[in-house]
Amino acid sequence: MQIFHNPNFNFVKYRWHALIVSWLLIGAAIVMIFTHGIPKGVEFSGGTQVVLQFDQQRPTIDQVRSALDRNFAGGGQNVVVNTYGAESLKSVMVRVPHTGKESGTELTQTADQIEKALKSANLGSFRVAGTEVVGPVVGEELTSKGAWAFGLSLFFILLYLWFRFELSFAVGATVATLHDVLITMAFLMFFRYEMSLNIIAALLTMTGYSTNDTIVIFDRVRENIRGMRKDNIKEIVNVAVNQTLNRTIITGGTALLSVIALYFFGGEVLRGFAFTMIVGILTGTYSSVFIAAAIVTFWPHGRGGARIAASAPGIAAAPRTAATARQRKGARSGAKA
Amino acid sequence: MNNLRWRILLIVVIIGACLWAIIPPAQKIKLGLDLKGGVHLVLRVDTDEALRLETATSAERVREDAATAGISGLSTKVLSPTQFQVSGVPPAQDALFRQSAAAVQASYNREGGTDGTHTFVMKPNIAIELAAATVTQAQQTIERRVNELGVAEPLIARQGTNDDQLLVQLPGMTDVERAKSVIQSTALLELKLVEGGPAPTKEALLQATGGQEPANSEVLPGVEGRAAAGERPQAVFYLVKKVPIITGRDLRSAKQGPDSFNQPAVHFELKADAATRFAKATSENINHRLAIVLDKSVVSAPNIENRIADQGQISGSFTMQEAEDLALKLRSGSLPAPLTYLQQQTIGPTLGADSIRSGLIASVASLALVGVFMLFYYKLSGVNSVVALIFNLVILLGAMSYIGATMTLPGIAGFVLTMGVGVDSNVLIFERIKEELAAQRGVRASINTGFSRVFLTLVDTHLSALISAAFLFQFGTGPIRGFATTLFFGLISNLFTATFVSKTMFEVVLAERHSDTLSI
Repeated sequence: MQIFHNPNFNFVKYRWHALIVSWLLIGAAIVMIFTHGIPKGVEFSGGTQVVLQFDQQRPTIDQVRSALDRNFAGGGQNVVVNTYGAESLKSVMVRVPHTGKESGTELTQTADQIEKALKSANLGSFRVAGTEVVGPVVGEELTSKGAWAFGLSLFFILLYLWFRFELSFAVGATVATLHDVLITMAFLMFFRYEMSLNIIAALLTMTGYSTNDTIVIFDRVRENIRGMRKDNIKEIVNVAVNQTLNRTIITGGTALLSVIALYFFGGEVLRGFAFTMIVGILTGTYSSVFIAAAIVTFWPHGRGGARIAASAPGIAAAPRTAATARQRKGARSGAKA
Repeated sequence: MNNLRWRILLIVVIIGACLWAIIPPAQKIKLGLDLKGGVHLVLRVDTDEALRLETATSAERVREDAATAGISGLSTKVLSPTQFQVSGVPPAQDALFRQSAAAVQASYNREGGTDGTHTFVMKPNIAIELAAATVTQAQQTIERRVNELGVAEPLIARQGTNDDQLLVQLPGMTDVERAKSVIQSTALLELKLVEGGPAPTKEALLQATGGQEPANSEVLPGVEGRAAAGERPQAVFYLVKKVPIITGRDLRSAKQGPDSFNQPAVHFELKADAATRFAKATSENINHRLAIVLDKSVVSAPNIENRIADQGQISGSFTMQEAEDLALKLRSGSLPAPLTYLQQQTIGPTLGADSIRSGLIASVASLALVGVFMLFYYKLSGVNSVVALIFNLVILLGAMSYIGATMTLPGIAGFVLTMGVGVDSNVLIFERIKEELAAQRGVRASINTGFSRVFLTLVDTHLSALISAAFLFQFGTGPIRGFATTLFFGLISNLFTATFVSKTMFEVVLAERHSDTLSI
């Protein structure tokens, strides 16, 4: 079975369209950051988050909110109330942007106040299933640590690819990855997901994942360069993208299946993570076809692909013609030895 | 053929060893705090306070040394955690003062000297060392206390950009307030002679001395008498000697036990040299009161009725639990500096259990979806990839169990992701085999080419993913580290199962029947 039989789409031709669409999305996200701000989870914004599990039935969001308005000092607009998890959990999450003082044991005062406010509202018996209190220092450190981890991981992937391929490939892959992360962040903005540790972890995981797709195509480009010396780089890249198209789609598909399972069954905590990965996988697949390859074609190449092939002596090139079939046997046994 | 047999044996041994490591999973797989429930705290050690204390002590020392040398009437002032000022040095005695102050020269730079005012600044390297030592000492103290609490597998680690934060994880701990109070209280025990009081207010206490604290004494808040059940003892003030006879460091042991009124109290024993000191002080001060000061507050002030040598008892209005915890804190030593809480997270056991359940459902659903797809798309070869995938998961869990890594909720996500992304390697190989088959090469040749051509691509993709997993590990704490660990081992075992195991399975099939078609 095959999705595409000998596909021959002209992907490289549409690289400009793809770039424009991507930039529009990223631009829209940047505008949203300025107008709406980045929604931050409790780990980044600092604050107090309490998960309450009710014994009989879950009260409505409005009930909880009005209870807080009445009984919780400084309640009102800054309080976030959400249902938490499946209906069967009967849980509600309440979050306020402030904490008690960082000194001593006062940090949890706000959490206690929330509990008291709801107890006095007679919404039914409940217990505190979990609390999270984060002082403002923690969020700042997390942000800088996350940025560093992301930057360094991209940088080392770039170095590795430079070493294994050549600079234009490495830059192409890195820009494509950066593109994927930006697009995914744009979608996180559109759907108002809150920045959490899990989402940062998903974004970091994406850097590895999205490079994978690109590497597979680049590997094929390099392999083809030997057999297609006379063709220009655009043609070579396009052939490689088409050759690997089935694989790209199937891989994207299986990865998507698993994160969709995670999205629907993985529970409340992992939903943001799963959403990030879903978008990341879709954009990663799209970008390795349209963006990464396109960037390689923009890069100035001395005498076309010859230099690329020469720079990778460790890899035997696969023949595209029957005439070189015999050579290949030699190459294969060489690789095995 | 022989070669093939060895390869099968190797696979069987590895899978067997991994299965042995994970069965039964409930005992062998270590669960993280987010799945098991427990308390997660991030504390900052207030190193400035430790520095300030050191500086104040040094200032006092300079003043005393000067007094010994015959320079009196000096006043000292702590300007910042690392600076103090001595003023009022008479011009005639300036040289003498400089000489006597040389005692602190190893740690402080002296500046100024005009108008008889000298400023002492702690040397930066000394300050850094002292701060680092304070954090280490706090960490060790907390470790001892947590161990005494009986928490299984606690984690106490340093973190933060200034390296002054401590991460404390107490899996399975449900009583957060108790955990916090045990960890946080400085538990600085001092036994001091009472000079005056108790009095209801500071002013009343200092009336006799004209509203000023005498040079060698200080006023401390405290309580008087024993409270009736459910009531707070009366708050009062004591005037006590500044210099303690005994401090927490002099204790050899401390344990909870009843006092003479059969109320919970803490019994302690003193080390030999402290016992001598204590015996002397108590015999000289019979019928004086002795203040038992805990964290700068008098918990009780019993009358010294006879000479006490190597043991004593701290009674106050304690509950059994409080006495128990106080004994624990005294045994584990006092904290060198106050702690502040930066972050606190508690995960109730039901929340954790719920996460495990949804994680398992997601894993099974993911395995089913991916497996069915592979069987549907690659037919019999799909069986090969599904077996490889299951082996992948077994090896991943086995490796985590061997190194004692913790499974966290994001770790489960990594597990699910390993399935979805892991089959990529199979897809890559199978697609290549299909291409080769389409080019009319034989089945065996196609399989060989498929595996050997794709192998280097797989090394590239896996290494770049390992790079991002490594940085993820560096970035995260707790749950995120669990995720990075899962990804890391998932990638390595995937490389093994997708190439070595899968290839071996193809070869087994090829050895059985010499077919010229392949179900792929």
